[in-house]
Amino acid sequence: MRPGPGGCCCRRPVRANGCVANGEVRNGYVRSSAAVAAAAAAAGQIHHVTQNGGLYKRPFNEAFEETPMLVAVLTYVGYGVLTLFGYLRDFLRHWRIEKCHHATEREEQKDFVSLYQDFENFYTRNLYMRIRDNWNRPICSVPGAKVDIMERQSHDYNWSFKYTGNIIKGVINMGSYNYLGFARNTGSCQEAAAKVLEEYGVGVCSTRQEIGNLDKHEELEKLVARFLGVEAAMTYGMGFATNSMNIPALVGKGCLILSDELNHASLVLGARLSGATIRIFKHNNMQSLEKLLKDAIVYGQPRTRRPWKKILILVEGIYSMEGSIVRLPEVIALKKKYKAYLYLDEAHSIGALGPTGRGVVEYFGLDPEDVDVMMGTFTKSFGASGGYIGGKKELIDYLRTHSHSAVYATSLSPPVVEQIITSMKCIMGQDGTSLGKECVQQLAENTRYFRRRLKEMGFIIYGNEDSPVVPLMLYMPAKIGAFGREMLKRNIGVVVVGFPATPIIESRARFCLSAAHTKEILDTVSRKFHFPKRMLCSKSACLSDEINHLLVIMVSTHLFAGEISHLLILMVFKHLRYLLVIQSRSSQCY
Amino acid sequence: MDTWRPPVQGICLPRSASGPARTGLSPSLTAQARGGGDQRAAAPAQAPPPRARDVTVPRHARVDVPVAFRKEAQRLTMANAAEQWVLVEMVQALYEEKEELIEEWQPEPLVPPVSKDHPALNYNIVSGPPSHNIVVNGKECINFASFNFLGLLDNPRVKAAALASLKKYGVGTCGPRGFYGTFDVHLDLEDRLAKFMKTEEAIIYSYGFATIASAIPAYSKRGDIVFVDRAACFAIQKGLQASRSDIKIFKHNDMADLERLLKEQEIEDQKNPRKARVTRRFIVVEGIYMNTGTICPLPELVKLKYKYKARIFLEESLSFGVLGEHGRGVTEHYGINIDDIDLISANMENALASVGGFCCGRSFVIDHQRLSGQGYCFSASLPPLLAAAAIEALNIMEENPGIFAVLKEKCRKIHKALQGISGLRVMGESFSPAFHLHLEESTGSREKDVKLLQEIVNQCMNRSIALTQARYLDKEEKCLPPPSIRVVVTVEQTEDELERAAATIKEVAQAVLL
Repeated sequence: MRPGPGGCCCRRPVRANGCVANGEVRNGYVRSSAAVAAAAAAAGQIHHVTQNGGLYKRPFNEAFEETPMLVAVLTYVGYGVLTLFGYLRDFLRHWRIEKCHHATEREEQKDFVSLYQDFENFYTRNLYMRIRDNWNRPICSVPGAKVDIMERQSHDYNWSFKYTGNIIKGVINMGSYNYLGFARNTGSCQEAAAKVLEEYGVGVCSTRQEIGNLDKHEELEKLVARFLGVEAAMTYGMGFATNSMNIPALVGKGCLILSDELNHASLVLGARLSGATIRIFKHNNMQSLEKLLKDAIVYGQPRTRRPWKKILILVEGIYSMEGSIVRLPEVIALKKKYKAYLYLDEAHSIGALGPTGRGVVEYFGLDPEDVDVMMGTFTKSFGASGGYIGGKKELIDYLRTHSHSAVYATSLSPPVVEQIITSMKCIMGQDGTSLGKECVQQLAENTRYFRRRLKEMGFIIYGNEDSPVVPLMLYMPAKIGAFGREMLKRNIGVVVVGFPATPIIESRARFCLSAAHTKEILDTVSRKFHFPKRMLCSKSACLSDEINHLLVIMVSTHLFAGEISHLLILMVFKHLRYLLVIQSRSSQCY
Repeated sequence: MDTWRPPVQGICLPRSASGPARTGLSPSLTAQARGGGDQRAAAPAQAPPPRARDVTVPRHARVDVPVAFRKEAQRLTMANAAEQWVLVEMVQALYEEKEELIEEWQPEPLVPPVSKDHPALNYNIVSGPPSHNIVVNGKECINFASFNFLGLLDNPRVKAAALASLKKYGVGTCGPRGFYGTFDVHLDLEDRLAKFMKTEEAIIYSYGFATIASAIPAYSKRGDIVFVDRAACFAIQKGLQASRSDIKIFKHNDMADLERLLKEQEIEDQKNPRKARVTRRFIVVEGIYMNTGTICPLPELVKLKYKYKARIFLEESLSFGVLGEHGRGVTEHYGINIDDIDLISANMENALASVGGFCCGRSFVIDHQRLSGQGYCFSASLPPLLAAAAIEALNIMEENPGIFAVLKEKCRKIHKALQGISGLRVMGESFSPAFHLHLEESTGSREKDVKLLQEIVNQCMNRSIALTQARYLDKEEKCLPPPSIRVVVTVEQTEDELERAAATIKEVAQAVLL
């Protein structure tokens, strides 16, 4: 859960209708004094005022509008309807009135304790299954700016898919984490990788500590250390495992982990496996973090009251579902004051933030030395796979001897290593071109442009203005499916997410921007859900082809009262309609 | 919640009369600490210092202050100045004490220092491909250490397939399976693996270690019971730890011990039938054990499974692509119906010489992982070129079923040749392509044992036989296996090389140990 509205006293930009219920900015930190509010209103933005003694060198604009009341109600109604229907369908299935599509237990094992709790699967069976076609869409091309998607059909309400053999060509890809556009099948990276592939083959068949430590790995690690500006680095075969297999090496029993509530599953798993005590602070809320730190040191371990051995703060650079950027200057200040250690997961921010792509540390103009453990992945910006940890030499030496990954897991595949080396060199400008730098700039430009467009159009989007992850709020369960499908019909591939990846009423679509996107592509995307004002005024509710008119996602704040009320009426109707649609139809979808 | 402040700061309000609040924080952090610098908190600090008598809690602060605190504040305003100051002094003392505690606390270093001569600190450096002929630390050797059982690592067909895939898809997938990270190659590979193993469905992971480590917690939850072999590999141990289930460890390959535990559980269940009805039971075993090189007695396990109604999870990383007429693993080796095993997991990093892992079994079981397998849902998918390599490797396996017999024969040969070395004991099945050489007699200290074995490994390396010790994390392993040298047999090793290796190991061991 995120911080409630209570902690902020910010003034929203002045709106004509003066209606405050329709979206309070919820983040406790987004605030402004009256004078600045006026200025901010003039700029149409909410500004972070540096009341913290200039920790920030640039404005930190981050906003999470609160869910409008009516939308929240409608969302709950939507889930209510779905749940009711779910029970009804389960009832029918139980009495064999409705055909059962899901796989069942073997006859021989019917008397075993059932493998799943029925309740566990209710959501999957009755809610997820209806809109399952929006996920796992198989693609058959490079995950670049445009992808080819294999068309699939379901004749049994998404229980199974058949591939029609058709390929939907040139779908605009707003889903892949291809931030810098290095997912390519041509160019220097691909050529270098191909060469290494010919020489080394794909596998390693051993672990780093045994006999799977190739010269390529050593080369990569030196490069990564140089890229990050740290003393040494170590690389691993999987980003997820980098977290889950290294955190246990760093902390253990008697240590305390302070983890952001929205941290990625891998960090959570790593923290759990470590055996340390875990406490959660509110998302990006430094007040909450400081309180935990203070209490931890003052009161020590529960029951025994012994002091904690060490305290490790786990944060991410960019949070992939919120699009928010960690308040790193404040985290570092706190960490220094309370002598805690900082573990920064830069999975999404490395390459994607900072003037030269060095991630969130560079973005805030900080010193990498202040971050004890710099972790990141190669999956996203570098178009490869795997993860790294960078830091002081002692840390890396320790990990080389004690990391679970180094001892038990196969090392990175050589062509993948080469892809990382080449793309990293490109970003660093070591390939003799300014291509990498241009990519980083292009991404930053695209981010600002696209975010501004969406904001102007009145959508509720979350996150920091510089974050290339752009969540657009959909709220209602019916819209998850409808949005994904309608966008694909218009040749745009987006990621939609709902519960349990988000809080139940905060379903959203997520756009990941890339340096490979051109302005035309972004314009095409935003045009598709542009809501023509003319239509609103004439009050003709005739169906336009535009997504927003179809689904009414635009519930945000920068609209006039008349528009809002009209939209709300529309929204109620559309929502009900789409609820019915997903109740009844899912046979012909992609 | 976030309007709640520790009373210390709250009661500091009147204290502001005597100058700025002594929070000890830098001004910047003070602002942060107080409701993120929200105005309610900031306002009193900026207001002109109130005189002690007429201290009132500002109106807007009253709205959301906890009741207890509000009462306290009211009491304060009513009390006379002297009483107030006593209270304030007390709170201040308390506060200062806290500050002192914070000042005093010294954490342990993030990591303890590693001694320069730690046996695992300096890795062997392999230049060039880790294939049959391998260059380790600049010395050319014959590889007896990589799990490249079928010699597919530098197979030109595999390379060509991977290359074609690279040219089509690039390297990375830039997304998890759910979000445009599913490629047609992944679907093909899953399909092929399911067909190869003759199961309904297969699911691939992008990392071998994460496969079983994610699969176990997808099914086994808190309160469930897992019976696991003592010698189970580290990935299984981590999976079990993540599942938070009750773990019962039975002696390595000791079915009587397992049955004893199962019986105990049965008696326990009879005492509490309601709980037993929702307590899932799993038996987790390996096909060929990574840590011992021995095979699990699968037929007995299957019998026990039906007798005590526990599901079997089988980890086949070393036996997949090795045992059985077609390389299907332990089930084929014993001629057991694969449907009797609830879940089979293996990695593609050994016999298939690619990267990643897979689970296979009935759709009823496997499909669940697509939403519940953490390493599947939350990780980027396998790079398509690695999937394509695995498909081609499967093709080769299907086209040359004779390869498995060849491997078996080679294992048998070296196994036999290594028997009777004085000072070293061979551990593992005669048909296992990875087995261990233990010290016959331990010197009494693990450190010394490791040094001795490392000396053997080093000398073999000097005589161009690349071997490695089996590496473990001493402190993390549940049941730490004794130190050992792991010998790996591949089909590429010629008879001559096998003999030479055996002779070399023998000579070196004699030189080092005697």
